[in-house]
Amino acid sequence: MSVLIFAFYIISFLAVYVQVFFLVTFLENRKKINIRSTNITLDVYPTVTIIVPCYNEEKAVMLTVDSLLELDYPKDKLNIIVVDDGSKDNTWDVLQKYSNNSQVMLLQKENGGKHTALNLGIENSSTEFVGCLDSDSSVHKEALKRIMTFFLNEETMAVAPSIVVRDPKTLIQYAQRAEYDMSHYNKKMLAFLQGIHVTPGPFSIFRKRVFDEIGPYRKAHHTEDQEIALRMHKHGLKIDHCPDAYVYTSSPSSIPKLYKQRLRWIYGFIKNATDYKDMMFRPQYGTIGMFTLPSGFISVSGVVLLMLFTFSQIYSFLSRKLLQVKAVGVSSMFGNSFSFDPFFINTRAFLFISIILYILVVAALINGRRMIHGRKIFSWDILLFLTIFSVIAPFWVLKAIWNALTGKEASWTEERDYSFKQVTP
Amino acid sequence: MKNDWKKYIIVLFITVALFAIAASLSNFFADKKIAEMRSIQDKLAIDILSAETQFSLLSELSCEQGDGAENLSKELNELAEKISYSEANLKGNEEVTELKRYYSILQIKDYLLAKKINEKCKSNIIPLLYFYTTANNCTECTKQGYVLTELREKYPNLRIYSFDYNLDLSALNAMIRIYKIDDTKLPAIVLKERTFTGFKTIEDIEKLEPSITKLLPKEDTKTVEGTKKK
Repeated sequence: MSVLIFAFYIISFLAVYVQVFFLVTFLENRKKINIRSTNITLDVYPTVTIIVPCYNEEKAVMLTVDSLLELDYPKDKLNIIVVDDGSKDNTWDVLQKYSNNSQVMLLQKENGGKHTALNLGIENSSTEFVGCLDSDSSVHKEALKRIMTFFLNEETMAVAPSIVVRDPKTLIQYAQRAEYDMSHYNKKMLAFLQGIHVTPGPFSIFRKRVFDEIGPYRKAHHTEDQEIALRMHKHGLKIDHCPDAYVYTSSPSSIPKLYKQRLRWIYGFIKNATDYKDMMFRPQYGTIGMFTLPSGFISVSGVVLLMLFTFSQIYSFLSRKLLQVKAVGVSSMFGNSFSFDPFFINTRAFLFISIILYILVVAALINGRRMIHGRKIFSWDILLFLTIFSVIAPFWVLKAIWNALTGKEASWTEERDYSFKQVTP
Repeated sequence: MKNDWKKYIIVLFITVALFAIAASLSNFFADKKIAEMRSIQDKLAIDILSAETQFSLLSELSCEQGDGAENLSKELNELAEKISYSEANLKGNEEVTELKRYYSILQIKDYLLAKKINEKCKSNIIPLLYFYTTANNCTECTKQGYVLTELREKYPNLRIYSFDYNLDLSALNAMIRIYKIDDTKLPAIVLKERTFTGFKTIEDIEKLEPSITKLLPKEDTKTVEGTKKK
């Protein structure tokens, strides 16, 4: 128990450190966060190709392509390449609707995984910029223009958007909405620090020469969007985040689906971070090495610790109760009159540290929300997120660690139908 | 890529400060709890002294007892609970051990007084001594603790004095010698000068000393027979 408490203090110290780091960054830079609500015009509209990889997406792909066609961007500057990665359903037939559209190029290939579909699209593009949009997402009309303003900085090589949960219906989706809002905040803070570790599948835009310089997408444990970001950092390429470029994505609607998605993300993070472990704690890689990768490992181990801690508490409570029942019978558990005495509230330091940590996390959620939406200071889905995720997150984290340790990639592919549909915020 | 080392250090300071706040809040509440226990203990000491004095004054004349007896029992129980909670949750706090030693002496004093009253007058208070250990994970002791708590609720006039065998206190050591308590056979209880070792259920104890069952408060007799409490 005392080992657990000690570990708790270490991990919570690091977790508080991370949150304070973000908070300080936020206070330093909050005036620089620009949320535009009106239409903008650019002096120059560079050429852009958006690649839509799809696999068995007959229902969703039209929504995605239509939203791209509705983007407020000159038609002769915007190309769309839809890559059907060997779908077994009617995706290809559905796509024929666009066969006469000069803006849209349709490609079909044998199934090879999302990264192969993206790479085929990149090979077939000749524009200055390329991006991708997962086929379960749609974009805000202004999103592309807003992103392009960030490329006025010649050093910026890629820009990530803000991903918003589309039409939440289930409690799990509402919880994710709060979570995504927090991740905008985290991502924007990481952008200020130049430490973004993922350029998410939905609508991250790159300068095309990034791929010429550092090579195409890799399989990367089914999280190619994390790997490319790490590889860019390794080559010293800058990634920014555009908070007002909204991308709407459908999120898992049930716990089993969410579990599969998160298992893949965390597993991908562990594997990719391990592949790039030589960047860890190396000052020459800046924030990504000194902060982002370590803090990822802190949160993974924090979740495990929280689980062990909770289990040990439940275990000792149950064994105490069991002893009581053995000693005096079941009736004793109900007969006692409960009288409240504040004396018996546990006031050890870890209570206050937990409170501080929760306050910091809620502050991050609220800041993220205010940053993106400019309103809704506090709503019930924040509590929903905190309760649901703190109960179920340990399970996928533990499973991901287990899979990573045992190298269980084989069974991984069975869950693969998800890797296409879901996005890393 | 430049690292803003100054910021890393400033954030470190803020984090340390937050932890210091958490630690001092925790200390603040621990101190308050100790102060609370100390004030209960002071009150208890006065009550015992007062009971002793009252007994000395009246013993020659009558067996009239003050009505403080029940209060005393309550105070003893409350303090016992708070001390055992603090032992588990305010670890490494020497003041808790000090409180516990003082509390043990108060218990012995009260026990002697109760015995004296019993000898001289017909009192309806039965003292029960309970020896336990916290040293080597004695689950039987934990179980015995539950039994005695239950028993105390059932028979309010059974006054339970509990002693930590390993508390280094000469008065306690004398008791341990008198009642021949062996630390390998804990838990142990002493009822009417007889020592019983090992875990005992409520029924065991009632059988060992049937006079306990006569201690039922009159108005409660019926409900307790059905083993249901308020």
